[in-house]
Amino acid sequence: RDSLFPSSAAHSPPAGYPSILLLNSSPPTNTSRLVLCPPRRKCSIPGPSDHETNHTALTNGTAHQKKAFPVLDLNYEHVHAPFEISLWVLLASLMKLGFHLIPRLNNIVPEKKVPPVMNADVFFLCLLPPIILDAGYFLPIRPFIENIGTILMFAVIGTLWNTFFIGGLLFAVCQINPGYTMDLGLLPCLLFATIISAVDPVAVLAVFEEIHINELLHILVFGESLLNDAVTVVLYHLFEEYAGAGTVTVLDGFLGIICFLVVALGGVLVGAIYGILAAFTSRFTSHMRVIEPLFVFVYSYMAYLSAEMFHLSGIMALIACGAVMKPYVEANISHKSHTTVKYFLKMWSSVSETLIFIFLGVATVDGTHHSWNWIFVTATVILCLIARVIGVIGLTYLMNKVRIVKLTTKDQFIIAYGGLRGAIAFSLGFLLNEEHFPQKKMFLTAIITVVFFTVFVQGMTIKPLVELLAVKKKQEAKRTINEEIHTQFLDHLLTGIEDICGHYGHHHWKDKLNRFNKKYLKRYLIAGTRCEEPQLLSFFHKMEMKHAIEQVEKGGGSNVPSALPSTVSMQNIQPKKPTVEPERMLPKLPKGKEDEIRNILRTNLQKTRLRLHSYNRHTLVADPFEEGISDIILRKRVIQKQKSLNTHINNYLTVPAAPPDTPVMSRARLASDPQARGAKYNADNVPTFQVDLASPQSPDSVTLLNELKKVEDQGLMMKAPSSKSMEGERDQQKLTRCLSDPGPSADEDEDEPFLK
Amino acid sequence: VTVTMGAAQTRSEHSYQDLSDKTGFSLEQITNLHKRFKQLSGDSETIRNLNSIPDLTDNPIKNQIINAFFDKRNQRNGEVGTYREIGFEEFLMVMSHFRPTSRKTSEEEKKAIRKEKLRFLFNMHDSDSDGTITLEEYRKVVEELLSKSGNIDLEVAKAIADAAMLEVASTNMPDMAPDYFYEGITFEHFEQILSGLEMESRMHIRFLDVDTNTMRCDRK
Repeated sequence: RDSLFPSSAAHSPPAGYPSILLLNSSPPTNTSRLVLCPPRRKCSIPGPSDHETNHTALTNGTAHQKKAFPVLDLNYEHVHAPFEISLWVLLASLMKLGFHLIPRLNNIVPEKKVPPVMNADVFFLCLLPPIILDAGYFLPIRPFIENIGTILMFAVIGTLWNTFFIGGLLFAVCQINPGYTMDLGLLPCLLFATIISAVDPVAVLAVFEEIHINELLHILVFGESLLNDAVTVVLYHLFEEYAGAGTVTVLDGFLGIICFLVVALGGVLVGAIYGILAAFTSRFTSHMRVIEPLFVFVYSYMAYLSAEMFHLSGIMALIACGAVMKPYVEANISHKSHTTVKYFLKMWSSVSETLIFIFLGVATVDGTHHSWNWIFVTATVILCLIARVIGVIGLTYLMNKVRIVKLTTKDQFIIAYGGLRGAIAFSLGFLLNEEHFPQKKMFLTAIITVVFFTVFVQGMTIKPLVELLAVKKKQEAKRTINEEIHTQFLDHLLTGIEDICGHYGHHHWKDKLNRFNKKYLKRYLIAGTRCEEPQLLSFFHKMEMKHAIEQVEKGGGSNVPSALPSTVSMQNIQPKKPTVEPERMLPKLPKGKEDEIRNILRTNLQKTRLRLHSYNRHTLVADPFEEGISDIILRKRVIQKQKSLNTHINNYLTVPAAPPDTPVMSRARLASDPQARGAKYNADNVPTFQVDLASPQSPDSVTLLNELKKVEDQGLMMKAPSSKSMEGERDQQKLTRCLSDPGPSADEDEDEPFLK
Repeated sequence: VTVTMGAAQTRSEHSYQDLSDKTGFSLEQITNLHKRFKQLSGDSETIRNLNSIPDLTDNPIKNQIINAFFDKRNQRNGEVGTYREIGFEEFLMVMSHFRPTSRKTSEEEKKAIRKEKLRFLFNMHDSDSDGTITLEEYRKVVEELLSKSGNIDLEVAKAIADAAMLEVASTNMPDMAPDYFYEGITFEHFEQILSGLEMESRMHIRFLDVDTNTMRCDRK
């Protein structure tokens, strides 16, 4: 991770293996070749030099032999680099598919066509960021902040402890066995220990994703793996710089500490700045919804690159960027963009992960890197384990004095066992300068062994161990609205109690932060009136939206949707109105009129749907598909109210069930666009009308309005008591004001962490 | 707990021990809380109202919290009703609901603690002390919760409360007959619906052993 640009001096890929990023061809010939390559010229496969001669021949204009017109031609050089990359990505994905279909394990034997060698820059610039961004964007903020003290302790103190313990003891081992091992100074040992001691986020994610462990443990290990990046960066640079000089003074140590603070806080600051920028940009994207996901990705990547540029912690920048921008961006972008962001992130991180492990596998099998040394390797592995165990136990003992939810022995075991090393360690080792560190190959061998040991042995056995120890698993249940209400209630309650107690605790500061957030940040970063919406409200509307979508997908019934199949409906909980004795509140319609009304409503509703067939990119703003959703919601509300009235009324005021939609239509209607919605309602040319109980309709189907007027003129007494219709209209307006985007799919939680 | 200045030391220590046994606080914590109590009560023996705490003004459920202190049901003595003024013991009893669990509590103790904390919440919602949370009461709860968040339409608050009530009813009595009227959330249903939140590890604040009162400027 030394430099941004591939520097041939720092590391040299072994001769004979073309690295995957083929940047060797000289630019001028390439471009000119692209511009003019007359079809008559037969471009042959071998080497760039050939092209040059061809070209000079061409440009010189000398006579050349007229060859037969090449009907079919092969030009591999032209697409060489992207072709191979795509091939590898495809291979990785197919393998991933294969593992799921055939749950066999893991000797990754890649196709030996052109074995790629992991270029450290490829790793750090292309493969690592998607995984980290995915983790950061979906980081569950609440548990992270609640446990931040413990996480920081593990990340900083734990990594430092690991480094010095392993480094020191390895040095001792080397001193004891001077014959077997090469002569290792203390500093190279420490450098090696730095590389090997950091818990790796990629490996942790890969393994923990399978085991569905409870949130606390997951966030502890994962948070640690993310935050120890700052420590690793500082120590790595420190030892690398001074390994050449040979000594480290106290001043250097002191500077190292300052450097650590700068690296860590600087990284977070850079990330936060980009996050705010992204949030601010997303405020204005209501007219150009298609590029919204792009902003998320590009700003995050820029944050990473900017941090790397200044030798700050890129990982922390990326995490900070994702975490900061998420609440505001989510409030601003459309449902489709949200889905896009989510699935792109998952896709990229999945492919990256597989590619990383493939490369690791190749690097293992590839012999030129290795120099096996029994003592060194076994000492490393054993020391890693011991250091981890001692570190975790010691730190937990300290933290349990301060923590409220204590960590049990089982928890400690899982934390220690989950300290996996991964590809970051390998790449850092790969980046070492062979001149300064002649033992580089030995280091690499040891690193790979440790990585394989932790990932495969520990990673594979952790699942049965979790079962065996009966560690608490992740709660799969959906968040209910009662839980949401009470979580908020508890927050306020605990803040209040703290205030009464008189000391400014945890909750007090959280409350202050929330208020600051609401007052200043949300106002500038969230578009429209959404900024004032309290969390409970957005949760509720998301839930309603999910139910409505479920209804649409089921084929549009007119039942009151409920999360659980039960016979309970609004009727059961509404206190019964004192019946004014069995007189009808509305006069009964003659049967003919009833059918007529039904037909009119049905045909018009169908017309509204049939009109909304096609759309293109540019009309996404005025996306009319959401009409269907609000229709359903409104209809649902309306029907709830209906059911609370007398059952006689229910009979002839119920809207006939919508004809079951084709899946295409229902999917097409899943968009929701709160900004456009709001905008539409603010327009003055929307015809206003009384919403009757029996006729929910979309506001801009003017034909329907006319029909209704006609129907009304015929003296149809469909007006319920006026308060009800007012409610209906207010409902609709409220809907537009408060409509919020649902989660990406009907059955996933908004606060779902990055565990799949 | 009436303490005269003369025999203050031994008497207060003795009564502190009593309180410690009753509520589970440590002696240092009780001393701190007593100092706080004196601050809030203006050095008198009882508190008549807690409205004057400045930090509470922004809290949407301020009234419920204050009422909880004066609620007899939270005193664990089986009485119902409200006090007009509370003494230090009552203050402490209410505070004891927010003690964190220690590492050594067993599973049954944890369950008992959870029940107790849920009972406290339940009492806060059940303002008429009839043992159930009716729809009206729940609506009031949601309204209060949203009260400081700008202009919230009452209709939306109602809808949220209705949906929540529906959820409780559906979870606990899924096969209700269509004309059965679900009167209100009973304590068992309340426990059931919030069992996922693990109240015993959430509903607590950190009570300090160190006296921080002297480190801040006075609130009077």
